[in-house]
Order: sequence, then structure tokens, then C-alpha cells
Amino acid sequence: MTRIAALLIVLASSWGATAQADPEAIRHYGPDDATQHLLVRGTTDIALFDPVLQLFAQSRPDLGIDYEQWGSNDLYSLAVSACAGMDHAADLIISSSIDQQVKLVNDGCAQSHSSAATAALPTSSNWRDQVFGITREPAVIVYNRALVPPEDAPLSRFALIDLLRAEDRRYEGKVATYDIEQSGLGYLFAFADSQQATTFGSVIEAFARTHAVTTCCSAEIIDGVASGKYLIAYNILGSYALARAAKDPNIVVVAPTDYTLVLSRAALIPTRASNPAAAGDLIDFLLSDEGRQSLSAQYLYLAPSQMRENGLIGTEDGGSSLRPMPLSPVLLVGLDQQRRAHFIKLWRSAFSDR
Amino acid sequence: MADLATPPPRAVSLTLRLAVALTLILSGGGAAVAIAAIAYGQNAAQQSYDRLLIGAANQIAEALTLKDGAINVDIPLAAFELLALAPQDRIFYAVYGPRGELITGYDGLDGPKTGQNLGDGTFTGAPVRLAEVDRRFAERSFSGTVRVVVGQTTRARAELTRSITRSALLAVVAAGLLMSGLAIFAVRSALGPLQRIERDLAARAPTDLTPLGVAVPREIGTLVSTMNRFMARIDRQVAATGRLIGDASHQLRTPIAAIRAQSELAAGETDPARQHAIVARIHRRAVSLSRLTDQLLNHALIINRTDAVPLDLIDLRRVAMQAVDEIDHDARSTDTLKIDLPEDPVMIQGDSFTLVEACKNLAANALRHGVPPAVIVVRVEGRKAVLAVRDNGPGMPEDHWPDAGTRFARRASVSPTKVGLGLSIVDAVARAHHGEMSFGRTSTGHFEARISVPLIKEAEA
Repeated sequence: MTRIAALLIVLASSWGATAQADPEAIRHYGPDDATQHLLVRGTTDIALFDPVLQLFAQSRPDLGIDYEQWGSNDLYSLAVSACAGMDHAADLIISSSIDQQVKLVNDGCAQSHSSAATAALPTSSNWRDQVFGITREPAVIVYNRALVPPEDAPLSRFALIDLLRAEDRRYEGKVATYDIEQSGLGYLFAFADSQQATTFGSVIEAFARTHAVTTCCSAEIIDGVASGKYLIAYNILGSYALARAAKDPNIVVVAPTDYTLVLSRAALIPTRASNPAAAGDLIDFLLSDEGRQSLSAQYLYLAPSQMRENGLIGTEDGGSSLRPMPLSPVLLVGLDQQRRAHFIKLWRSAFSDR
Repeated sequence: MADLATPPPRAVSLTLRLAVALTLILSGGGAAVAIAAIAYGQNAAQQSYDRLLIGAANQIAEALTLKDGAINVDIPLAAFELLALAPQDRIFYAVYGPRGELITGYDGLDGPKTGQNLGDGTFTGAPVRLAEVDRRFAERSFSGTVRVVVGQTTRARAELTRSITRSALLAVVAAGLLMSGLAIFAVRSALGPLQRIERDLAARAPTDLTPLGVAVPREIGTLVSTMNRFMARIDRQVAATGRLIGDASHQLRTPIAAIRAQSELAAGETDPARQHAIVARIHRRAVSLSRLTDQLLNHALIINRTDAVPLDLIDLRRVAMQAVDEIDHDARSTDTLKIDLPEDPVMIQGDSFTLVEACKNLAANALRHGVPPAVIVVRVEGRKAVLAVRDNGPGMPEDHWPDAGTRFARRASVSPTKVGLGLSIVDAVARAHHGEMSFGRTSTGHFEARISVPLIKEAEA
């Protein structure tokens, strides 16, 4: 067991990401003199996750909840070392890097939780009763309406590639996407793209040619699009984009018509959780109608009908372009050391050609 | 007839015996099939998922490439999709170079025992099934064996085993129930004849001892015929008892009434001489009555014996000699009773006692009614042994011969001193020995009464 733990540490540290020891943000819910405590670590922005946590805190006055917001790779490293007993374990981990979550389960770092709510989940959203998909968020393209003329609107990857191949290079340095080495989510989306269609090769080639910017963090990228620093952003989480679009009329959110990946943020209870029962309650709450409505209000749970309302998919589109990403051990392939190394190498080589 | 208040001693019920036997057979067979089903389930599940494991390992092994003198592994998605067919199982894999160095995957994942490509082990504290596929490289830049190890937890196997076993056990239980049902039906139909016999017996009048007419299978045919023989014996005894009572009431009533009348006469007689004469008559009557009673009881005894006593191998000459011995002394003077025996033994299956009685009766008849001397003869006639008594008189009229066995017993006019029951006894004894009583005349015209019974050859004896 110790050998495995040591191995996991090695794997985690070989990730290449600079280990960041601190959470990006922390917020406390519930009374200070609460008899029970629940530590939730997640990648979701506190702003988006706040309403649902408040609702849950109201329903559990005995519970003091701490929410720590982490970057996905840091969160994974921390979970691995906590699994080995070398760090304080959270009671619940909610991450958009569902491949890393699946790997934590595969490595025996999660405990089972089953209830009526988890039993009702489709198999694609529940693996081994240990990791659960709690949200529905499309990976979208975002652009600035004021700066991108309507005829340039990138409604699909093909349109995006054509746009970037344009002679005048007007989008040179103006397209942004995640840095897949820094962002677990970025890597997940990119790797899924590489599995989905041959367009992926053309996409990175086009990115490389137009000196696309790879950077971290959804909020930062969307801010850049809003300010005009970037014109188009690729593979952005729909939840952040729609939340921003609701406030900023210049932000347009597009679900690519060729295919749209749909991510289901994964929640798991670590083996060493000190309050697994409360963590299970929170999972059940997130899966309940009340929890779903609250998530939905923050664009974290988008049913096809809601995607239609937000203009993400056509009114007559039944969602056939949607590609949900199931929670399955197949996700482990992307995390294979060699495979990951090759993929990042491929990515880097494309961008170093500039 | 029988006292219903005292049931017969009970052996274990047939139904219970059959039920126990069937239960043992079914549960034994069921257990064997169940064990086989579990083994089959395990085997089937193991084989199905082992194929997936080997398939995945092969796919990974095929994806190995050489690049710049180093092994390159592009784990194929298809391999994991194959393994994900066991959707609830964790997947472990490792690719090791020729010196055992980890190329990719989970370090410390040991393959199955050397020389085997499948095996069981544990990883991260969970039991896993392991498969190993080796790929040999013999290139200028790289030479050696690369080992691909793939492991999977055993949840899906256990689930499939349970499911196969459950189905198999359900089938076993269903078959068991069906067989039990058929067995119950078979037992009922097999025991049906017994119930028919019971119903037949229950429906009978108490005095009905005729054979059972129920059609029964061969297996209990013996039982029924034994029962029929038993009932026939009872029937004969009941008939004999009835005859005895009939004979006794018939034959004793008259002499007793006579004695009573004489004794009343004697009581009223004042003349001592006549009174004395009457008393003498009473005495004669009483003696004769006593002889009659003897005969009646003897008859009953012999009839009873003929059914009850097993037959022994005896020499008919001894019977004759014993009869002579037992006949009263006054009759046994050599003038009046002679004996004529062959030199060789005459062996028969018989009851010595009843034969001696029969012989004595015949001799007594000859002495009483015939012309002396009476001769007891034993001889062999073909396959028959004959015991005969003859005298020098004319004997019975020939028209009495056919029913002599019953005639005199019933005749009201027979006086106690005459033939009486003697021939009836002789007839019964002859029948009991599978023989017959007959009469005849010798060449000299002398009367002869005889019993002929089957002869047992010395060789057979």
C-alpha cells in the first residue's frame, strides 16, 4: 500500500504543474459553533457554487461547511497526497477534471456512497458508486459580438479553422484556449477532442499558425474576450461563459454545431474523509430537484431545453451534436504517463512552430 | 370382524419412506448439480472476462512501437473500452522494459506467475485478475522482451458468477419441484392398488371371506394371493367351526334329551329293579354320548390341525403301526386286527397325528361294522401311497360311497354307536394331505376303505 501511495506521489509530482500549496479562495458557510464540519474542495468558482452551498447550509443548521476553491491539477495532487495520508483529506472533492477524479477512484482513493439519488443516475454519471456526475456543462466557443462581425461567427470548428486560415491574419494572437499543461480541464477537453474527430489536428495547426494564446483559467479568458484582448475563446466551460454572457451583452456563447462536449463535474468522497456522511448528504442534495434547480440557475446544470433557451443549440435540434463525457475507466487512457507526455509534446511542438 | 379399537403395529409409512428416499435423492442430486452450477458459473465468468483481459493486453502490446531506440506506448483507447465492458471494475496496467523498468502505467503491478499469462493477485488492497502478454523485439536499436501486464478487479466476474449460478440454481430448484410433483404423483398411483384393496375390504360384509377380486399390479399380487389364502383358511376354519356347532347341536341334543327323559323316569320309578334297569340304560347312553363327544371334538381338532400344522416327511408304515398301538386293547387281539406292511418305507408329506387318527377311525369302523378280521394295509400304487383297512364283510352299500365323507355326519338316524363322524374325519385328513378317501372291493369281494396320498420317492426325500 505504501508503495502505491509513493507511486501516486511520484505520478502527481511528475505532473509538471508547479505545486501550489494554497487554495485560490475559501468561504465558510453555516454557524461558527456547528457540531459537525464538512470540508469541500472544488474547482468550481465560489461565485457560481455559492447559491447551492447556501441552500444546503440552510437545510443543515448543524453543519459548518468550508469550501476551498482549487486549480484542477493542484486539487488532484492534494487529493493524491491526502489519499496517502500525507495531507489533510477533504470530505468531498468536486472537480471538472473528471479524468483525474476517475483515476482517484481507480487508485482506491474514494469511498462508496449509495442512496436513492445515486441509484437514479445513469451509468454514465455513476462509476462504482464512488464518483458521481453532478453537473451538465457544455464546452463552448465564446466570442465578442462587438469585435467579431456576424459573418465571422465561429459556429463550428470548421468555421473556426476557416476563419484562422484567412489571409489577412486578423485573428493573429486573438484566440485563446486553456493551457493544457496547467489546466486539467483544458487537457481533458483537448484529449477528448483528439478522440472525437480529425478536426483536432487542423484546430491546433490553425491555433499554432495564428499564435493562439494558451493560458489558464476560465475567468481570465472570458475577461480577455470581454475586454477585447481576445476575440474568440475555444473550449470554454459553458457555465462560466453563460454566467458572464448574462451580464455582458457583448459575450456570445456558441455550442459548436459539429459536436459539443458535455462535461459532468464529478464528485467523490475520499477514503480518508472525516465526515463522509455529510459529504454523501451534499451529493444527494446536489442531485435533488432543489439542488439541480439551484445549479441550473448558475448554468451548471444545463438540460437540452435550457441550452435551447440560451441559443446554444437550435430550437429543432434534439441535442444530437451533444457528446456527454461518461465517467468511465476509459478516461484513464488520457492520464497514461506516456500518452500524456506524447500529447503534450504534440501540443507544444504545434505551438513552438510559431 | 376385527377389533378396530386396536390398530395393528405400525411400521414407518410407505409414503414417508418414499418421501425420505426421494428427498435424499433429490437433495443429493440437487447439491451435486448446485456445486456443478457454481463451478460452471465461476468458470464461465472467469473465461469471459479473461478473454477481455487478454484482448486488452494484446491491444496494448500491439501498440508498442520503437522510436529512437526506446519503447513507445500509445495506450489504445479500445483496450480500455474493452476492459470497461466490466463497467464497475478498476483497471490497472503496466508496461515493463527488458530490465524490468517501468515504461508506463502502475509501477509495482506484478504480473501472473512466470510462465503463465493469467493469474490472481492483489493491488491497492483489492483482489485483481492479471493477464500478461510479452512482446519480443529484435531490432538493431532495441532487443529484448517487453512485458504488458493488465489487471482488473473482480466485481463483474463475481456478479456474472452470481447471475449464472442463480439462473442455474433456479433451474435446479424448478427441476426439483417438478420431480417432486411427479414423484408425489408416482407414489400416489403406485399406492393406489393398496387403497383399492382397503376400500374393497372395508366394503365387505363381516362374514364375506371370498378372495379379493381387485386387479392389482404384479408387485403386490403376492400379497393379495397370500391374503386370499389366509382368508380361505379362515373361511375353512369358520366353516369347520360352524359344522362342529351344527353337528354338535344336532347330534348331542337327541341323546341328552333321551338321558334327561330316562333320568326323569328313573326319578319317578319306585320299583328298585326297574329303576336299576333304567339307570343301566342311562349309563349306556352316557357312555355312547361320551364317545360321540370325543369324536366331535376329535373331528374339530383334526380339521383345525389340517390347516394349522406343517407337513413333515413321514413313513406311512409307522402311521399304521402307531394306529394299531393306540387302538383299544380288546379290539387288538390278533384275531380281529391284522396289519399288512411292505418291506420298504412308504414316504409321504404328512401330519402323523391326523393320519393316525384317520387310520384309527377306519379301523374302528371295520371292527364295529365289518366282519373280522380287519386288516390295516399300507401299499404303493404308482405315484400314490395307500393306507387301507379291509375286512371280510360286504361293507357299505355302493350308492353311499360318493358322499360317505359327509353323509353320515349329517344323518339324523346315525346312532352314536354307528359310523358317526369317523368317515368325515378321514375325508378331511385325506384332503388336507392333497389326497382322497375312497372305497373299493378286493378280488375276493371284501370291503376296503382307503386313503391315498401322493408318494414321495426316496430320491426326492
